[in-house]
Amino acid sequence: MIKVENLHKTYGKNEVLKGISTEIKEKEVIAVIGPSGSGKSTFLRCINRLEDPTSGQISVGGTIITEKNVMKVRENLGMVFQHFYLYPHKTVLENLIYAPIKVKGISKDEAIKSAEELLNKVGLFEKRNEYPNRLSGGQKQRVAIARALAMNPSVMLFDEPTSALDPEMVKEVLAVMKNLAESGMTMIIVTHEMGFAKEVADRILFLEGGQLVEDATPKEFFSAPKSQRAKEFLEKVL
Amino acid sequence: MFDFSRVTPSIPYILEGIGITLQIVIFAAIIGLVLGILLALCKIGTFKPLKWFANFYTSIFRGTPLVLQLLLIYYAMPQILGFNIEPIPAAIIGFGLNSAAYVSEIIRAGINAVDKGQQEAAKALGVPYSKMMKDIILPQAIKNILPSLMNEFITLNKESAIVTVIGALDIMRRAYIVGGETFRYLEPLLIAGGIYYVMTLVLTFLGQMIEKRMRRSD
Ligand SMILES: Nc1ncnc2c1ncn2[C@@H]1O[C@H](COP(=O)(O)OP(=O)(O)OP(=O)(O)O)[C@@H](O)[C@H]1O
Ligand SMILES: [Mg+2]
Repeated sequence: MIKVENLHKTYGKNEVLKGISTEIKEKEVIAVIGPSGSGKSTFLRCINRLEDPTSGQISVGGTIITEKNVMKVRENLGMVFQHFYLYPHKTVLENLIYAPIKVKGISKDEAIKSAEELLNKVGLFEKRNEYPNRLSGGQKQRVAIARALAMNPSVMLFDEPTSALDPEMVKEVLAVMKNLAESGMTMIIVTHEMGFAKEVADRILFLEGGQLVEDATPKEFFSAPKSQRAKEFLEKVL
Repeated sequence: MFDFSRVTPSIPYILEGIGITLQIVIFAAIIGLVLGILLALCKIGTFKPLKWFANFYTSIFRGTPLVLQLLLIYYAMPQILGFNIEPIPAAIIGFGLNSAAYVSEIIRAGINAVDKGQQEAAKALGVPYSKMMKDIILPQAIKNILPSLMNEFITLNKESAIVTVIGALDIMRRAYIVGGETFRYLEPLLIAGGIYYVMTLVLTFLGQMIEKRMRRSD
């Protein structure tokens, strides 16, 4: 589904990604973990070209991403941000239907129908006519997930989706993500929620200093990490 | 000290200046707005030469006195163009060009104040740049832009009084002429001041109405 080959990213003199290669299969759920500043966000943002890789290649569904086809590829890659970024001047429903109508050219009726289905799925149908500033953080993030899903993407990218939330709201968002994983969505999740990663992910990618230090199943990674760096990291966070 | 009886017959003459002042301010505001939007687009765009031009334009018009710009257009441009410009068109052009510099800064700042994440979220959904600007960024930026824009037009209305230096018969100039004719400057100048003050109050009130309406849509 996604193939990353020798991905490098440099900001000025700061080499943030030092040659990352990996392959993600359809329906796979990947948790990307690692210390702060290790390049997790940058890795994710290179996949949908919010950052331009300095070198290396990324392909999605067999298509190599270039300047030219990036808009088309992005329709296929949903992204959820730490700080939601819902459109504050649009209602929940309008947030969901905007891109499907304007980007995909779907009719308004159809867009509303599938948006309402999605809102039902994330448990926020009642809030469809509210403005985002009337929602709690957890509700905002669930709307943001639904908004990304409304484009009917084949892969979902999450960048620390629960890090900006109060603890009591983390659960409801993780529950929605778990459902999504069980429904067969391909997902790449940058997260600090180790329990969630252990339970839901098929594979853990451990990043450190811009390198992919470990690529393992959650069982291997959490019980017997191979590298010293992963051991140290786990000691700190667990 | 006050003796309005000598200037009373001239009050209608001074009041007629309101039309001239408004004519200058309204047309200058339109030029300022249209040109300001274009310049702002250049500034936020990625095409370097246009960016340089817009920044250079702004720094020139903000970095030199408005009076100088007016005098250049009225007295010096004919030297280049080979024909004379009437005071009112010259004033409209001068204020319009000057205002554009300030308007473009207001718009640029208003757009930049919108969280960068909003752009990223739109990009991530595959929304093309022009639609993102029109549907996502500008509706949010307008809330930052409108109050400052209103201030700019209030300032423009007051500052328009300096067209008196190129002889346009606005409120200010008329008050000055009446003063010269009656040998009493205090009263006509006070009348002119009163007119400007009322105009400012009206504009301020309009601005507050617009802001209130915007806030209601939140
Ligand atoms: N736009 C940018 N310009 C310059 N440097 C950047 C930029 N974005 C990220 N960096 C740098 O790249 C490095 C990796 O950043 P990144 O955000 O990918 O880390 P991360 O693993 O996501 O960290 P965190 O867990 O704190 O989110 C950091 O040192 C950061 O300072
Ligand atoms: Mg990050």
